[in-house]
Amino acid sequence: MPAVSKGDGMRGLAVFISDIRNCKSKEAEVKRINKELANIRSKFKGDKALDGYSKKKYVCKLLFIFLLGHDIDFGHMEAVNLLSSNKYTEKQIGYLFISVLVNSNSDLIRLINNAIKNDLASRNPTFMNLALHCIANVGSREMAEAFASEIPRILVAGDTMDSVKQSAALCLLRLNRTSPDLVPMGEWTARVVHLLNDQHLGVVTAATSLITTLAQKSPDDFKTSVSLAVARLSRIVTSASIDLQDYTYYFVAAPWLSVKLLRLLQCYPPPEDTSLRSRLTECLETILNKAQEPPKSKKVQHSNAKNAVLFEAITLIIHHDSEPNLLVRACNQLGQFLQHRETNLRYLALESMCTLASSEFSHEAVKTHIETVINALKTERDVSVRQRAVDLLYAMCDRSNSKQIVAEMLSYLETADYSIREEIVLKVAILAEKYAVDYTWYVDTILNLIRIAGDYVSEEVWYRVIQIVINRDDVQGYAAKTVFEALQAPACHENLVKVGGYILGEFGNLIAGDPRSSPLVQFNLLHSKFHLCSVPTRALLLSAYIKFINLFPEVKGTIQDVLRSDSQLRNADVELQQRAVEYLRLSCIASTDILATVLEEMPPFPERESSILAKLKKKKGSSKLPDMDDSRKNVNGSSEHAEDAEVASKPPQFLLEELISTDRPHPSSSATMLPTRTMVPSHTFTDNLSVNSAPSSGASLLVDVFSDFSSAAPTEGSDEHFPRFVCKNNGVIYENQLLQIGLKSEYRQNLGRMYVFYGNKTSTKFLSFSTSVSTLQLNVQEKPVDPLIEAGAQVQQILNIECVSDFSDVPVLNIQFRYGGTLQNITVKLPVMLNKFFQPTEMTSQDFFQRWKQLGAPQQEVQKIFKAKNQMDTDVTKAKLLGFGVALLDGVDPNPTNFVGAGIIHTKTTQVGCLLRLEPNTQAQMYRLTLRTSKESVSQRLCELLPPTNAVPPATAAPLAELFTATLIWSWDAISLHRHMTSSKRGAIPALKHSGGRTVVGA
Amino acid sequence: MIKAILIFNNHGKPRLSKFYEHYNEDTEQQIIRETFHLVSKRDENVCNFLEGGLLIGGLDYKLIYRHYATLYFVFCVDSSESELGILDLIQVFVETLDKCFENVCELDLIFHVDKVHHILAEMVMGGMVLETNMNEIITQVDAQNKMEKSEAGIAGAPARAVSAVKNMNLPEMPKNINIGDISIK
Repeated sequence: MPAVSKGDGMRGLAVFISDIRNCKSKEAEVKRINKELANIRSKFKGDKALDGYSKKKYVCKLLFIFLLGHDIDFGHMEAVNLLSSNKYTEKQIGYLFISVLVNSNSDLIRLINNAIKNDLASRNPTFMNLALHCIANVGSREMAEAFASEIPRILVAGDTMDSVKQSAALCLLRLNRTSPDLVPMGEWTARVVHLLNDQHLGVVTAATSLITTLAQKSPDDFKTSVSLAVARLSRIVTSASIDLQDYTYYFVAAPWLSVKLLRLLQCYPPPEDTSLRSRLTECLETILNKAQEPPKSKKVQHSNAKNAVLFEAITLIIHHDSEPNLLVRACNQLGQFLQHRETNLRYLALESMCTLASSEFSHEAVKTHIETVINALKTERDVSVRQRAVDLLYAMCDRSNSKQIVAEMLSYLETADYSIREEIVLKVAILAEKYAVDYTWYVDTILNLIRIAGDYVSEEVWYRVIQIVINRDDVQGYAAKTVFEALQAPACHENLVKVGGYILGEFGNLIAGDPRSSPLVQFNLLHSKFHLCSVPTRALLLSAYIKFINLFPEVKGTIQDVLRSDSQLRNADVELQQRAVEYLRLSCIASTDILATVLEEMPPFPERESSILAKLKKKKGSSKLPDMDDSRKNVNGSSEHAEDAEVASKPPQFLLEELISTDRPHPSSSATMLPTRTMVPSHTFTDNLSVNSAPSSGASLLVDVFSDFSSAAPTEGSDEHFPRFVCKNNGVIYENQLLQIGLKSEYRQNLGRMYVFYGNKTSTKFLSFSTSVSTLQLNVQEKPVDPLIEAGAQVQQILNIECVSDFSDVPVLNIQFRYGGTLQNITVKLPVMLNKFFQPTEMTSQDFFQRWKQLGAPQQEVQKIFKAKNQMDTDVTKAKLLGFGVALLDGVDPNPTNFVGAGIIHTKTTQVGCLLRLEPNTQAQMYRLTLRTSKESVSQRLCELLPPTNAVPPATAAPLAELFTATLIWSWDAISLHRHMTSSKRGAIPALKHSGGRTVVGA
Repeated sequence: MIKAILIFNNHGKPRLSKFYEHYNEDTEQQIIRETFHLVSKRDENVCNFLEGGLLIGGLDYKLIYRHYATLYFVFCVDSSESELGILDLIQVFVETLDKCFENVCELDLIFHVDKVHHILAEMVMGGMVLETNMNEIITQVDAQNKMEKSEAGIAGAPARAVSAVKNMNLPEMPKNINIGDISIK
């Protein structure tokens, strides 16, 4: 008998669906749906109470309409009502509606939670299951809050039905995924592990899923699951298939459970216990053996299930990476699958082999399959499989087979699917660089790459080839010759023109001896491409031309003519026009010596990780890239792994800027420095020479280049002033020959106002003066500032500051202006520290000690010991502490030489009470500072700020601590305890609570 | 984790959509369209896995699908699921539907969308595989039906009308899927 008898549906629903299906057009369908929606709405709104059946019918119609892609904005309330029905079918449809349609609609969630609560408490397993399903399917935070503690109880209760246990396990898993902080770990964890021994395999499967997820987060708590999982797995793989009756699927014993158990074991290293380990190895061997047995059924389901287990076992073997024997067997097994007629298996085999290739035990074994993989690349009809083949070739590549693999990938590139071309380009570029033995091969490969798939060659790839050519003088001549030849082709890709322009501009002289590539020929060749190129490329070519003038004085006239032509000097593009004007002028007025210095060959780039690799990682997600062996070096000879983490997090563009502008050594005689100081040319000029390789990023780069030149020294100066501002609000924060910056600031609660005064010390006016404040954690609002500062004048700018929450990074003020045509760029740290938002608080000594005790948790207290810098003058110290922001409390500390203070840090979100104690030791010329606040980060931060001088490094601080405990004759805790007991029991005086009751101290 | 389960026919008409992660309605419809677009253009004998679309998941996600006569069954899963395991879960799902509906066809899914949801709920819960044993699933579904019968006194008459409607005015009735003797691919 069919489980669903076909006729017992709802008539109205069936008619409606048929109507929809009969609609001839989209418009008719929409019309019919709107009619129905109106009908349902009026029914729901009508005075007549609907019976359960009608509600159910209408809710079903709404579900159907929703499936067709129409918005449903009502009916939720009716569905919620159905939840509390006693009839199972009505309840069920209510839950269905909610899990399909309701998200975190907060008004309803409360009602839904109520219904769920009732059903969970009903002890009716069917209702409980419905409720658990609903929690798992919606999985919202409100639900987690309401039920996270209830579900573990249901899961481990002795009298819970198996089916409910199953649901409860997965429900808990779901909540753990969506709101892990709300699911309390507790005494139930041990009992959950024991569910692995449950009689019911469905329960075990669900529990295994749960434990796998939990074990990934806190492996130690679930360590015991390893032995249970191995035991269970062993029982399954060695059982005759009939033992597991219902859980045998096409003659395979419990395949899903086996897969889950093998996944769970992948959360842990190989078991240390030898007997357990050998039992596991036995299991894995049995699974591998079974793969060789003749199939028990011809059905594809049989082989699928069997292979699902097999692949998971292989993954575990690879994960453990400890048994060479098993690894090689796994590799052979995968090798068989590579030639299997099932596409699915070929796909999975390629995928698994990719991870296998990174194991040192099996790397060689994987390499033996190279022909098969290359063949797959050529003949496979399915792009998904070809993609996996590319991945595997990349993973198995090493010095011995790199030429073959790169050649195959290049030839595949000509016909590859557009969707994966860019990735292949990156991979080829990386492999070519990594395994290049001679650089002529490398240069050939990259030029081929540009020829075959120029559109897919990203900036990083051609930047990289230039970096390498510049750094290796043995390849420069060859590179010049090769690009010269490549440029002969009537149609070249623009990327090739860029590389060609750059390389000939630098090294064209190396091939100029040959009359076939004389300077004039080279220039004409480059210039023949000029008009077909985009603006950035043309800009690059112009730079190449000026370099030619230096390299080959004989073509100077020709090039000057070109630069002088109207199409250059009056070009509509301002960048091109400027370059043409400046280069022309430079070539006319500068002597040969100056030209030679200005246009010197580029200095070598600093050795770094290839930015291409970072790009590929970004594209694929680093987890998917098989890590190459650490010991393998890239072309530059530096191991590329050291900087992986750092580099991967940066966008490639930034990398390059950094590479060129920041890390480049700046010898004082360097060509790049010269123009800025002597000739007052415009900024782009320097840009052109030093940053030829990144014309497209000109604007942003510019600033970087200059910030290095003009502000390196002054920034240090500002750092010097900075600490003084911890305890004061006014003064000069920055000064150099040109500019003086003064500050005046005032703070109230979490708000501050800062007046910044910019003084022009020169006799020339500053033009295009502009400022910006960059801050991570504060809200800073800048009032506009006058773009012009007259000679000797001062302008004022107001900054409004709001402290949102406690912070550690100070805001940075960036100032830009033109002085005599040169762009100046200055960066100043603004002294807005956490202690600026202190409000001093007076309190009695009794209150003080009470608070002090309440803040006794170890992370709330921070202590440090430091040496007195000057004379230990009590008045000076007092002034400093008051400047720091706290109120000084007299007569609190029994030792009159000690200082005690209290205050509240105001932020927009919270207020943090803070107690401070400073003990001077005049003999040792030391201070000990103790801070207690209710927030750990605040304690830390304040402690860093005080003293504004250098603290004793932690290593030497330890013995000093003894010094203090020895000289101190009393213990605060003892005193406060005593006072507390003798004081009249008026209860705590909320001394710190006056500020709106939001104070955290002692709360 | 299973992120979504989609069933649509050869023309891309959705027959069931179940999302285990929240998207708004528009995105859900877009995902269905994108998935249909990705899956439908593939040949019959290529592999059953493909890298996920852009809307759902991104890099870590795969679409695992099967094509039966007029319907595509697509599971969108992350890397924590075994590909072949999910492929067979689809098979179990279809076999279960076939048992419950007796020679299931597309029309059954259309007219009994609630039932299909209930059957699916017995197998997958909140994106996790709940039960894989077909007998267990069918027992649960049977129990539900019994309860339904005992509650439904008035359902008899509409039932006959439904079957009449079903056979009467449907101009383009699709062929039965006939999963009894399934020939996959």
